[in-house]
Amino acid sequence: MTQALDQIFVTLKHWAVAYFPAVLQPAVSILLSIAAVLVIFPTLFAVTTILERKGLARIQNRYGPNRVGPFGWLQPLADAVKSLTKEDIVPRSADKLVHFAAPLLLVVTAFLEYAVIPIGRNMVVADMDAGVLFFFAVSAAMELSIFMAGWSSRNKYSLLGAMRAVAQMISYEAPLILSSVAVAMTAGSLSTVTIVERQAGYSGIWPHWYVLTPWGLAGFVLFMVAATAESNRSPFDLPEGESEIIAGYFTEYSGFKFALFFLGEYLGMFAISGMAITLFLGGWSAPFSFLTWVPSWFWFFAKLLTLIAVFIWVRGTLPRLRMDQLMSFAWKFMLPMTLMVIFSAGLWRFLPGGVLRWVICAVPIAGLYVLLSSCMAESRRIQKRTYKFAE
Amino acid sequence: MLGEGIVKGLAETARNFFGSYAEKERLTTVQFPEERLVQPEATRVFPFLVYDTDDAEKGLRCVACKICEVECPPKCITIEKSTEKKPDFTGKPQFFPAKFDIDVSVCMSCQICVEVCPFDAIKMDTAFELSTDDRFGGLLWEKERLAKSNEYYHSIHPTEAAEVDEQLAEKKAKAEAKPAAPAATTGAAAAR
Repeated sequence: MTQALDQIFVTLKHWAVAYFPAVLQPAVSILLSIAAVLVIFPTLFAVTTILERKGLARIQNRYGPNRVGPFGWLQPLADAVKSLTKEDIVPRSADKLVHFAAPLLLVVTAFLEYAVIPIGRNMVVADMDAGVLFFFAVSAAMELSIFMAGWSSRNKYSLLGAMRAVAQMISYEAPLILSSVAVAMTAGSLSTVTIVERQAGYSGIWPHWYVLTPWGLAGFVLFMVAATAESNRSPFDLPEGESEIIAGYFTEYSGFKFALFFLGEYLGMFAISGMAITLFLGGWSAPFSFLTWVPSWFWFFAKLLTLIAVFIWVRGTLPRLRMDQLMSFAWKFMLPMTLMVIFSAGLWRFLPGGVLRWVICAVPIAGLYVLLSSCMAESRRIQKRTYKFAE
Repeated sequence: MLGEGIVKGLAETARNFFGSYAEKERLTTVQFPEERLVQPEATRVFPFLVYDTDDAEKGLRCVACKICEVECPPKCITIEKSTEKKPDFTGKPQFFPAKFDIDVSVCMSCQICVEVCPFDAIKMDTAFELSTDDRFGGLLWEKERLAKSNEYYHSIHPTEAAEVDEQLAEKKAKAEAKPAAPAATTGAAAAR
């Protein structure tokens, strides 16, 4: 029974595919998997927009949208109708083709990322040997579409926003990938399915998730910080800092193209959260051994919604960083920390189990953290300001 | 230590988030069409014409003196004087406005018409939802629409209306005393 419920979507797909002639079956199977991704994640996007607006409102002691439908839950529908019926304006001097292609490319790349994320046991669109590599390669293409948008608009705000986006995303890609290297080292595989399977065992009631190791915890936090910067979310939303550069790279977009940017950004956020779940939080595996009867896909989406809630929480808390703070944080803090995480993961791999292994792996990370944060505090200390040219 | 402030901030926002569900007084929003704040007594939005008795036509206090029309800064009042006269509240025959229009879209709610009116005939209303889908007729309010009873005036500005009623009663008593004792009036005029 539990087995059947766990595999219900897989069984349904096999049942549907069996109606087609044998020649068509592989193609139909792929199309069905893609259709599922195309339905589930945009729906999740719609739900997230209303959750985010309500959550942020409650953080600021407001009600949030509560007029459309019961308790405002139909607000995404109203938003969709609004963005569909708005006028689509293309600037006269814009590069029309690139301007048109940029939002499409963003959404397509965002969807491509879902190909390697296992959302349940036996539920992955493509089980690639180099799945993690594929994921980061595709997410790097998002930068291209953002730069296309900023460049083709022929607007200085768009261009500034796009430049900021590229600088930020390239800088944070380094710690993002390096922190996942530690996982790939420990799991001994780049395939997302294998990585999840390595974490699906239990000692006692506790799962073998990588986040429950000292290097895994540090790696997870660093991964999530870098993921926030990768998906251009607050406090790293400099590319669209409305107080400085209007709306950044999508200043010149309106109507449905603007909605596509919004969709692409959220899909990117879900995908990278899905990757964090796959790498550190044990993918679809249950958090305790006595909860394994709950379907695997339920656990994936429960974890995903939790991470989305954290993203919303952080967005409601932190103000936007300054550009130089952003850069120095990436290169002076994130990068050394991720390198230490890799070192610690190597120690973890070769040391025998026990309390000593925990201490030996945790000490270098904690020590580096204290060292780096005291260095940053030193540079932040208030001094008498000196002027180069004013005096 | 790096991250200390972030943790503090996260705790504060979490407290706000859960607190807004637990304590209603955290939410300061008034959900307008359903909930309304009590308006202060001195609220003023748009002028109206006061009439006594039950008849809006006969009891209108306005005597078409046109002072408000002249004083109105944005010139939103249009008055046409009547040709015949009708008795006012003291019984004295007076002119009355044949036409009294105020343009809602031009009025700036300055209350100068109220200040200058010697007859307490025009006062400020508190009704503020004046929007309409008829941009010409709907925004030009005529005499019939502007006229509101003294009881209504009492219901929106009780203190002010009571004062006005007192003054009017005094005036009326003086006016009634006049024909009965013409010598006293001439005496008073001489004294003045």
